[in-house]
Amino acid sequence: MQHADVLFDLQDVGLQVGRAQLLRACSVRIHRGERVALVGANGSGKTSLLRHLHGLLPESSGLSLRPVPVRQAMLFQRPYMLRASALNNVALGLWLSGQRWGQARQQAVQALERVGLSGLAKQAAKTLSGGQQQRLALARGLATQPDVLLLDEPTASLDPTAKREVGALMAALAASGMTLVFASHNLGEVKRLASRVLYLERGRILMDAPTALFFDKSRSSAATSFLSGELP
Amino acid sequence: MNSFQDSARMALSMIVSMDESLLSVVLRSLAVSGLACLLATGFGLLLGAWLGVARFAGRGVVLAFLNTALALPSVVVGLVVYLLLSRSGPLGFLGWLFSFQAMVLAQTVLVLPVVMALVRQQIEDADRNHGEQLQSLGAGRFLRSVILLWDERYALLTIFIAAFGRAVSEVGAVMVVGGNIDGFTRVMTTAIALETSKGDLPMALALGLVLLTLVLLLNVLISLLRRWRERREGQGGEREPAA
Repeated sequence: MQHADVLFDLQDVGLQVGRAQLLRACSVRIHRGERVALVGANGSGKTSLLRHLHGLLPESSGLSLRPVPVRQAMLFQRPYMLRASALNNVALGLWLSGQRWGQARQQAVQALERVGLSGLAKQAAKTLSGGQQQRLALARGLATQPDVLLLDEPTASLDPTAKREVGALMAALAASGMTLVFASHNLGEVKRLASRVLYLERGRILMDAPTALFFDKSRSSAATSFLSGELP
Repeated sequence: MNSFQDSARMALSMIVSMDESLLSVVLRSLAVSGLACLLATGFGLLLGAWLGVARFAGRGVVLAFLNTALALPSVVVGLVVYLLLSRSGPLGFLGWLFSFQAMVLAQTVLVLPVVMALVRQQIEDADRNHGEQLQSLGAGRFLRSVILLWDERYALLTIFIAAFGRAVSEVGAVMVVGGNIDGFTRVMTTAIALETSKGDLPMALALGLVLLTLVLLLNVLISLLRRWRERREGQGGEREPAA
């Protein structure tokens, strides 16, 4: 990889909020076009790492560099929808990124088409199903045309049908070459979508490997017990 | 002195016949409290929302004062506003003492902490739950407070109605700064106090009934608002989305 392709460069990053140590000495480089999966048990630091990458939690120690300016969007496990139409929820994201309201609404229409929700543009966002809300949140993130999309267990609280819908959208984004960093407990999803896996345990990155290597059962690794279902 | 039954019959008759003196007192009360609530809501929404998202040294002290102000006795508010508006006070040049404006000012001061504290709590809770997602979209503190204000608008309407209930039913502040002058500054609560002391129970009872009806209507309004909001948002505004 070229140095110019490095989007995030974390060097011994620690993250502490109050007395809680969320991340410990995390070092990782994420390059343009990579599809990085964060795996680990609950409380291992996946969400904290994503929040840090999105600039929501500043590092307490170490160095966190962004060598090139990047546009990024984050999708949360339970997306927040305003008491407004689906269209206006997407337009708000664009307006907050600096666009005029009229233009934002026009682009929001295209973003809704992209996730297959154009027929529900005028419906109150809060009345949409969980899967539709997650797709709407994806449209809100994609509308700003990000270089990097950060996703925090986007299919975790969805039923199988909604999981498939959102999973298909993620696969399409992965195929388009967009840089994805996503946390997931769904190892099938990780296998299908990720090019690289970071395994976290108690705030540390214990393993950083290409996806095929991570799932190679013949190799003993830090994640062996996790993969065999024995969560630490 | 009238018996209770006679007084009640005469009170109802005054209400049904829309007695002129009764109507003028009721309308003045509604005007004073309505205007005070509008002013308090205008300032209270902005200040409360800002307090909900702002983090600064001494915020805890400000919140402690604000919460204390919630329990301010209305007569103390009246006294402070009286001192401010009296001829030798800092606002004496306005010449508002014993006027409609003085009563509006006193009730605004009385209700402002209520609006601010309730809005602050509402916005702080909303910010704790959703602020990070708005922040991730690029909203700074100010925009977050404005967006959350808009998003919590139904809950804020309830706060407005609650504030109006507090204003319209208080007696101490308007009595002190208004002076209870017949035809000028007499409102429902001060009139009830006066008529009771004079023994004119029908008038006091009629005003009391109107006041109770108003408070009842406010409660019905809050309840209808909640139901309308739930219907509009698919039965349950804050529930988890259906998967």
